[in-house]
Amino acid sequence: MAMLEVQNIRKSFGKLEVLKGIDFSLEKGQVLSIIGSSGSGKTTLLRCLTFLERAEQGSVTVNGDTIFDAAEVGKISAAEQRRRQLHFGLVFQNFNLFPQYTVLQNVCLAPKLQAKERPDYKQHTKEIIAEIEAKAHALIDQVGLSAKCDAYPWQLSGGQQQRVAIARALALDPEILFFDEPTSALDPELTGEILHVIKDLAGRRMTMVIVTHEMQFAREVSDHVLFMDGGLVVESGTPEQVFDHPEHERTREFLSRFTQA
Amino acid sequence: MSFWEVTLSLLRGLGTTGRLFFLTLLFALPLGLLICMASTSRFAPLRWLTKTVVWVVRGSPLMLQILIVYYGPGLVFGWPLLPRFIAALVTFAINYACYFSEIYRGGIQSIPRGQYEAGQVLGLTRSQVFFKVTLLQLVKRIVPPMGNEFITLVKDTALARVIMVYEIIWIGESYIKKGMMWPLFYTAVFYLIANGVLTVLLNKFEKKLDYFKA
Ligand SMILES: Nc1ncnc2c1ncn2[C@@H]1O[C@H](COP(=O)(O)OP(=O)(O)OP(=O)(O)O)[C@@H](O)[C@H]1O
Ligand SMILES: [Mg+2]
Repeated sequence: MAMLEVQNIRKSFGKLEVLKGIDFSLEKGQVLSIIGSSGSGKTTLLRCLTFLERAEQGSVTVNGDTIFDAAEVGKISAAEQRRRQLHFGLVFQNFNLFPQYTVLQNVCLAPKLQAKERPDYKQHTKEIIAEIEAKAHALIDQVGLSAKCDAYPWQLSGGQQQRVAIARALALDPEILFFDEPTSALDPELTGEILHVIKDLAGRRMTMVIVTHEMQFAREVSDHVLFMDGGLVVESGTPEQVFDHPEHERTREFLSRFTQA
Repeated sequence: MSFWEVTLSLLRGLGTTGRLFFLTLLFALPLGLLICMASTSRFAPLRWLTKTVVWVVRGSPLMLQILIVYYGPGLVFGWPLLPRFIAALVTFAINYACYFSEIYRGGIQSIPRGQYEAGQVLGLTRSQVFFKVTLLQLVKRIVPPMGNEFITLVKDTALARVIMVYEIIWIGESYIKKGMMWPLFYTAVFYLIANGVLTVLLNKFEKKLDYFKA
């Protein structure tokens, strides 16, 4: 059984049906890229999977455990909801760092708050905090920002901010990391550094779902590519299948815009 | 009557002014937050009721409100009059709470959704998101408009004299009957000093929050 199973996700905003039944699955350690034209529902899909929107139908399982089931909405406590949420990390298009915290504090905030719920927190506060900070330092180092640990977000470039956002998401050890167009708010010369970090993560067998408009990158980094159009998965397969031998007219049309440009 | 005697009696008046100022803030700051929550409530009747109250309070003269709170209950229900200072305090607290509620609302609405969403995705509880993520950003945004209100309040306390609360202007005016005009004008010095100190403190506080941009 695949690590992530997404079944029949449907979502409407009022009368507008944005997701019309999305299914896909993903194996541990693999990278899935989602491509598709603007308005096809890619962001909405990620937001449904990460609980920022509530899908009206469908289910999501991770390692066989139900993370989301539209049928049981409302029956789940806020605490249980948060526990389930922690299977997933999300990197936003516009970073959403916390402006009043330094790089290190941004990365440490959630783990520190979470640690307070540990039964042994009172006895071992110092060790636990030290452990969290050591891990944060390692992650910040991993995204190449050791020198910026004590900088505030406004002192960083967009690319650096996005790398902090990635470290912040990784600090909670998510099983799957989602990215929503992680480079599209960046100047073209800064996209490379983010793509580099993501490739590095792929090398470390991080399971990832990436919504992107960077076709070349998607081809290089992905194990699977999924093309969405009009709220449906129109085509999915290996990068070679989708990019080189698309079966559907819509896919060919979409891809041709990128090759011409 | 000597300059020092006048100064001393004005200082006593300033004490009343100061008490009115600080107690108003003490009650109006939290009350404003409650009103803000009510005016953005999901329960429509509560929302409309609060919005109407805020509109009435912000749309009518504070001096009139003081008179209504002081004399109104007696005239309408035959209740005994409130102590003058209490009546003034109640009016100021409600009046300023309404202004504060709008400042809170503007501040809260100006915080990007992404901040809440980032907190949520990181598994923070709603109260953690509020206290650890948005509160300081909110404070930073509302300090300048709040500061303006504080300075206005220092001066507005003078309106309490319409129900004979012996604040500084009332005392200044009382010298006119004794043929002295200057004590009334002299009160301006006290206001200027008070507001000068307040401005410096507010600036210091704003500077403290300058380390981040939001
Ligand atoms: N909160 C919302 N309320 C109403 N409509 C929405 C909302 N969010 C998204 N939509 C609509 O849903 C559709 C899909 O939007 P979505 O953001 O998921 O597309 P996308 O594939 O991410 O596009 P892009 O490539 O431009 O980011 C659009 O028509 C959008 O206008
Ligand atoms: Mg999008």
